[in-house]
Amino acid sequence: MMTLHFHIEGGNFTNAGFASSQVKKTLKQLNIDSGLIKKIVIALYEGEVNIVAHALKGEIVVEISPETITMILTDEGKGIDNIELAMKEGFSTASQKVREMGFGAGMGLPNIKKNVDQLFIESTVGVGTKLTMIKQLDHA
Amino acid sequence: MNLIELIELVNAKIVAGNPDHRIIEKAFCSDLMSDVLTIDTDQLLLITGMANVQTIRTAEMADIHAILLVRNKKASPDMIKLAKENNLVLFETSISMFHAAGKLYTAGLKPVY
Repeated sequence: MMTLHFHIEGGNFTNAGFASSQVKKTLKQLNIDSGLIKKIVIALYEGEVNIVAHALKGEIVVEISPETITMILTDEGKGIDNIELAMKEGFSTASQKVREMGFGAGMGLPNIKKNVDQLFIESTVGVGTKLTMIKQLDHA
Repeated sequence: MNLIELIELVNAKIVAGNPDHRIIEKAFCSDLMSDVLTIDTDQLLLITGMANVQTIRTAEMADIHAILLVRNKKASPDMIKLAKENNLVLFETSISMFHAAGKLYTAGLKPVY
């Protein structure tokens, strides 16, 4: 089992994607199938951008075992008021600044769901959000 | 299509990377990175007017190795650095997205959908 930890700074779009980039490099070194890597890092990158776009700060913990990759993204921030609505394509509460960066189209959470095997979202308004994403590695 | 030929077709200037013998089969036009992240296609060219670091990060995650910046958008030094780190070919043209897409479509580049 390998575990990677990253601190994410809310609002800092210059560094957004650094954690996902590091995870991608690690997965490549582990010789994981490139199609699988792409799905994993796209989901993680969407989640990382979400923290930068919506939260004050966050943590990403990635646990890699031979069978599974588990990505836990925890943030401190405004939380998600209505998760069902947030999962709908096109729904977004992103700021103008986020939209100017090419995001905030309401595609992030649906795209995460599409790219991982399991997605769990827990959120408390005014406190923060926790995303758990699981992808199987052994039946690639 | 050979990437060198493609770059000549849209009168683009290479600002990062080496097109060497890369082959591009399809292209996708978008300024919205969220949409780019939904595409699962190899040997893809991204045509965009969105010139910021997240354009390069998006390409990195989506395994896109060639980006054409249109409408005379210029790559920042940070973008160029990140593109080089990721072995990505980044090139700029002054023509519009529609104009670039039209030229490349006519020359045989295929749409993703």
